Amino acid sequence: MKLIAAMSGGVDSAVAAARAVEAGHEVIGVHLALSSNPQKYRSGARGCCTIEDSHDARRAADVIGIPFYIWDMAEEFHDGVVENFLSEYADGRTPNPCLRCNEKIKFAAVLDRAKGLGFDGVITGHYAQMQETPLGRVMHRAVDPGKDQSYVLAVLNTEQLAGAHFPLGDTVKDQVRVEAKRRGLYVANKPDSHDICFVPSGDNAGWLRDRLGSDVGPIVDEAGTKLGEHKGAYTYTIGQRRGLGITIPAAGGEPRYVLKIEPKTNTVVVGSHEALAVTKIVGDRPIWCGPTPTENAEFRGFAQVRAHGSPLACTYLQTGSEIKVDLDEPLFGLAAGQGLVIYDGDRVVGSATVAHTE
Amino acid sequence: MAIYLDHAATAPINDAAIAALNAQMRKLGNASSVHNPGRAVRKDVEDARHKLSELINANPSEIIFTGSGTEANNLAIKGFFWQSPTRNVIVTSAFEHHAILDPVEWLVEHEGAEQVLVPITKAGVIDLDFLKNIVATRGNEIAVISIMHSNNELGSIQPIAEVVKIAGDIPVHTDAVQSFGKVDFDFEKLGVTAATISAHKVGGPLGIAALILRRGLDLTPILHGGGQEREIRSGTLNAPAIVAFAAASEFAIANREANFARVRELRDYFIEGLKKSVPDVSINSVIDPALPGIVNATFPGTESDALLLLLDTEGISASAGSACSAGVPRPSHVLVALGLSESDADASLRISIGTTNTKAEIDQVLAVMPSVVERARNAFVVSGLK
Repeated sequence: MKLIAAMSGGVDSAVAAARAVEAGHEVIGVHLALSSNPQKYRSGARGCCTIEDSHDARRAADVIGIPFYIWDMAEEFHDGVVENFLSEYADGRTPNPCLRCNEKIKFAAVLDRAKGLGFDGVITGHYAQMQETPLGRVMHRAVDPGKDQSYVLAVLNTEQLAGAHFPLGDTVKDQVRVEAKRRGLYVANKPDSHDICFVPSGDNAGWLRDRLGSDVGPIVDEAGTKLGEHKGAYTYTIGQRRGLGITIPAAGGEPRYVLKIEPKTNTVVVGSHEALAVTKIVGDRPIWCGPTPTENAEFRGFAQVRAHGSPLACTYLQTGSEIKVDLDEPLFGLAAGQGLVIYDGDRVVGSATVAHTE
Repeated sequence: MAIYLDHAATAPINDAAIAALNAQMRKLGNASSVHNPGRAVRKDVEDARHKLSELINANPSEIIFTGSGTEANNLAIKGFFWQSPTRNVIVTSAFEHHAILDPVEWLVEHEGAEQVLVPITKAGVIDLDFLKNIVATRGNEIAVISIMHSNNELGSIQPIAEVVKIAGDIPVHTDAVQSFGKVDFDFEKLGVTAATISAHKVGGPLGIAALILRRGLDLTPILHGGGQEREIRSGTLNAPAIVAFAAASEFAIANREANFARVRELRDYFIEGLKKSVPDVSINSVIDPALPGIVNATFPGTESDALLLLLDTEGISASAGSACSAGVPRPSHVLVALGLSESDADASLRISIGTTNTKAEIDQVLAVMPSVVERARNAFVVSGLK
């Protein structure tokens, strides 16, 4: 096959590309320039904040022996991921930009462009496993539970899944590093990235405050009694306990948690831990990462709501436009906007965006 | 098949240069030393300087060797600016190479300079009326005027003799990196104050270039040290590269007229074929007076990075605009200065033909162009990027 290897400059995507070459595919390395920081002295230039990463990616491509190019996806990334991240927070929701990037950039803009150019698909260094079944291709969790990225890939529909290649799903991270070293890839010891890539400081709240403002507003209890003031509602997350700055103690002295963020009234609602309990989740924008489950039929499975969250046993059904989940045990603290991913054992069934909870 | 059509980026080194480089690398001695081996190397360097000066009709002492064309351009721009403390305006064309635009922008940001950009006419040459006007109204503020001898993306030769006339007493620098060895370049006749030439564009090695600077003039140096080159440029003289620079230049200029005719014929053949194989192509480059081998073309509904990738997979090397230091392709500022929209500039390629290309190669390129353009269009449409 003719494949585009998306190379971030990290160890995973480099080893993934090398494996694809070894498997006999015709591979071209591509580094996505995703930032729109202006670069000095090149009139109108932009998209150049990751100079070191792009050099690392190019060096890896050279060592592997494949052609290498930079694709400027800064505009698409800004419009499709960063703007969405901001508008979701402004609406009082908690988005996951990595899910969004996989859905809109890596396996949409990049995959489409690759196909237009005459390539068959895109290779990435994500940790997830593909399996061919009589019903088509399906995705399973990676062998390495610590690195499993099936959650952030659950936004891929069957067509996107068909064009995606994850050569690392069957390997644990430590072995990938060993393999990188054996292959002469000097990124072998490059640290893993953790933060949101466009918030390099890691200070998510500060980044949001800078862009969405920090209007002071009330912190109230469930009855609407004002308990204190906050500095910008979107810098709080559902379930947050620390940093609320409330001086009036709750009856019984129990700690308070953020229950709700209401951007229209710029209000943060707090309450007891019990009030955070969620047993029913409704998600919209369902995407089926393999065969579509029968409509309005109940299935047993697992729901996961965070990248490294635990799978929660549940019963789910889909209505065509929504996924409805009934959890066996309550979950504490879930915000609208989070990704809801349904698993059947280790297999990814599909995903939706949390719309509301009970 | 490997077809190299990026001669304006760098040209193949010629045999004369390789022979000179090899021979000189075996010679021990620092040209600044007083002993026998040092003097012997000094003689080789000065022979080369002499030869080069004859080739461009300059005085040998007017040649200041530098490590690159970029360095020579920086030296000219910053050197003239710092030499005139009462004048803070720097005039350049809007489509200069970044090795001119960026040092000017640096001076604007850090040294209080003011940049004036001369616009480009539809014919791909500088607007002389604009220049006349700025010189007439602000002449006593201008530290230096720098206009390239020919444009690297359009090929158009600029009216430098006119610029010199308009400038009067104001120093004029010309970046002649693309012109030298390909079209007539006579330093004395042109009358400029300073000019930049570079070896690797004419079949010489990388890492050697020169600023040609009128005798008796001083420039504020960028590099301080041994003061080897007229106290204006410091650094041990790179004797092998200098000797090879002269050898390459001699070879290029000896064959200049024949090469010019041959490359120009290939260029015209390519343009004619391109119009047939991709009917909606539009040609941005200039036919005459121009460098012989530059073709710049817009392929509507494509993106240049896709075209380059696809040509590369076919073994064909071309180029587009310029990339930033992270390698991200940018629409060419030259084409934007010419009046193209950003999306048209983004859909354009530069093909630069050189002396080693053949008609058979051009035929092969023309044969794959329709499919390359079609795939680039598919990628553009399918991805819905714009």
